[in-house]
Amino acid sequence: MNLEVLGILVLWIFLFGYVIVASIDFGAGFFNAYSLLTGKAHILSDIIQRYLSPVWEVTNVFLVFFFVGIVGFFPQSAFYYGTILLVPVSIALILLAIRGSYYAFESYGSRGHKGYAFAYGISGLLIPASLSIVFTISEGGFVEIINGQPVLDYWKLFISPLTWSIVLLSIAAVLYISAVFLTWYAWKARDLQAFELMRKYALFWAPPLIFLALFIIIQMEHHNLDRFNNMVAIWPMFGISGILFLLTVWLISKKRSLGLSVGLLILQFLFAFFAYGISHYPYLLYPYLTIHEGFTNQEMAIALVIAFILGLCLLIPSLYLLLRLFLFDKQYVTGNQKDYHA
Amino acid sequence: MINESAVFWSRVLTEVTLSFHIIYATIGVGIPLIIMICQWVGIKNNDEHYILLARRITRGFVITVAVGVVTGTAIGLQLSLLWPNFMQLAGQVIALPLFMETFAFFFEAIFLGIYLYTWDRFDNQKKHMLLLIPVAIGASMSAVFITIVNAFMNAPQGFEIVNGELVNIQPLIAMFNPAMPTKVAHVLASAYMTSALVLASIAAYRLLKGSNHTYYKKSLFLMMKLGFIFSVATAVIGDFSGKYLAEYQPEKLAAAEWHFETEEGASLILLGFIDGEENIKYDIRIPYALSILAFGNPKAEVIGLNEFPEDEIPPLYIHYLFNIMVFIGMFMTLISLLYIAGVWRGWAFIKQQWFRWLSVFGGPLSIIAIEAGWWLAEVGRQPWILRGIMRTEQGATTSDHVDTMLILFCILYLILGIGSAVVLSRMYRANPIEREIADRLADMEGDVR
Repeated sequence: MNLEVLGILVLWIFLFGYVIVASIDFGAGFFNAYSLLTGKAHILSDIIQRYLSPVWEVTNVFLVFFFVGIVGFFPQSAFYYGTILLVPVSIALILLAIRGSYYAFESYGSRGHKGYAFAYGISGLLIPASLSIVFTISEGGFVEIINGQPVLDYWKLFISPLTWSIVLLSIAAVLYISAVFLTWYAWKARDLQAFELMRKYALFWAPPLIFLALFIIIQMEHHNLDRFNNMVAIWPMFGISGILFLLTVWLISKKRSLGLSVGLLILQFLFAFFAYGISHYPYLLYPYLTIHEGFTNQEMAIALVIAFILGLCLLIPSLYLLLRLFLFDKQYVTGNQKDYHA
Repeated sequence: MINESAVFWSRVLTEVTLSFHIIYATIGVGIPLIIMICQWVGIKNNDEHYILLARRITRGFVITVAVGVVTGTAIGLQLSLLWPNFMQLAGQVIALPLFMETFAFFFEAIFLGIYLYTWDRFDNQKKHMLLLIPVAIGASMSAVFITIVNAFMNAPQGFEIVNGELVNIQPLIAMFNPAMPTKVAHVLASAYMTSALVLASIAAYRLLKGSNHTYYKKSLFLMMKLGFIFSVATAVIGDFSGKYLAEYQPEKLAAAEWHFETEEGASLILLGFIDGEENIKYDIRIPYALSILAFGNPKAEVIGLNEFPEDEIPPLYIHYLFNIMVFIGMFMTLISLLYIAGVWRGWAFIKQQWFRWLSVFGGPLSIIAIEAGWWLAEVGRQPWILRGIMRTEQGATTSDHVDTMLILFCILYLILGIGSAVVLSRMYRANPIEREIADRLADMEGDVR
């Protein structure tokens, strides 16, 4: 395997990790705010707080890892994406900053502050929306090279139906992933009320998700035929993803094997995410930047890969400890434990 | 193609972000070590006060970490958003420590989450304290790796340029550049010093405001001791930084010291004002001191600013920044020394109002010294973003709208700054130490029954 393929594979895996953990986090924040609005806060808040509290900071690191990694392995992406993404990414950054810090303010400072909870919930939907624009831009057609500098056509981006479909898909995916996960988590916590409510949300967001995904693939034919053909060529992977989706929805509607349904959900997104990624190969930014042209030198690439492997040796046991102490600890999940917070 | 206004606004936005981030970053690097020392002293002396001190600092630390994390994410991305041309070039040589920093940060984040939610979960306090070691290591290593990147900007090496292409790249050589040892050590020591002095300032404030609890006296004494040790370390390392500059970045040293003519036995200029024509007024000259600072030898020759082309020297106002940093450092060393000696010798004045107020000001002053130090470091590197290789304006973005983003980020920092201050003061006010100690005693009695 080429080093550049290895590099992008590692980064893609981390981005996938971010998509899953951040979706759970963003969706949970939204459901929390929504439940405050509809007077169901007593059902959800507890369970959401217990899940979110120890892991919020870890979520952010996945994103940082991805963008530091992509600039490391593909320094030219800093030039292209850095120049054109100033506005959308700055907005996402501001939202992330408000969300991250106000989460800490609310949960360690003044618990149950409604304003903080709403800001937190809404920003959780706006962040994926603003970040998803990066995917739209990467499809080509919105960037021109003028005087050797990439320039983004904001108006074209703004009026493109593709932009808005991808934005909506990102929101639907966030809510669906989060609802399925929390359905399982509530069930594990033996919290029946929360379980029923989250299950309802999960089933509610399933149809829009799949409808939007199909709609985007259809639009690609008009937007960029080259990219569309690549996506069609890899249809079996999208097909498997679709079947996994149906299985998850079936399990949840039958209230069966909920742990398995979370596993299938992750697999469903894994297949879709990698099918999309493979169809995007070799472009980082269509048609200007490929992973081959944009790749860093061999020495740096090898150094980064070694650092990555050493880093993983450190991280995997630590992550395991974190999950064992909180996510997989029965006493902790069911809330039967004393509060050990500092 | 260079977009002049984009260059200007990119510089302003980077400066604003760094100036805001560095407050939280410095605290974030220093505090874990201090919490560890408190908990350790508490366990060793079997003194509940120090353990409570560790616990209460941890609670506040979470708030500052949150702001540090999100502003750190901001500057991490702004490097690419505002300086895409620089990152494209430098990324090929110095991406390794940036990448390693995310691992250090990841490591810290995981264990901070665990540490935070496992107070009293283990029967043995020592086990809980062990969880803090990875947090402290992760925090300090983040600072080490990021400072390495900054050191590389000052003393780039580990590559060659042939026909405008970078070749023969050696990532490790780039990391271990000549600026790295002094810079990394100075950043770490000053972070520990500032964190200790900020905590000392809080304890002194509580004592001034009527609390007479031993808890605060113990806290103040411990923090002053730590503050003294690390301020001496910071000063010693600062001296080495002077020697580094004299050898590798003489123009930065010369500009910071207003040293125009190359001469042997150069004197050090302190304070003073300068007009446009190299006329210095109201300054204090210490004979031979600059030669000693630069080479450890009073007769040594120090290169003056006039040896450099006009468009390759940094702005002369960095001398003021240098003075602010040095004088605050010396002042805080003195204050902490007086306090420690006063406690040992039983001097009465250290308990008087005016001395307590000096200790209170020590916290904010140390933060000002940190800011001045970083401005000195960054402005002193101008006009280069990568010394000798790339000028700042060549590294900047060509994108419009940087000014609009500046306004948005300023509003963000205002919200975060006020928010974190309000939350912190509310948090401690709602649960004063007297009440927390009473609650804990009640808890323990409950256990017996």
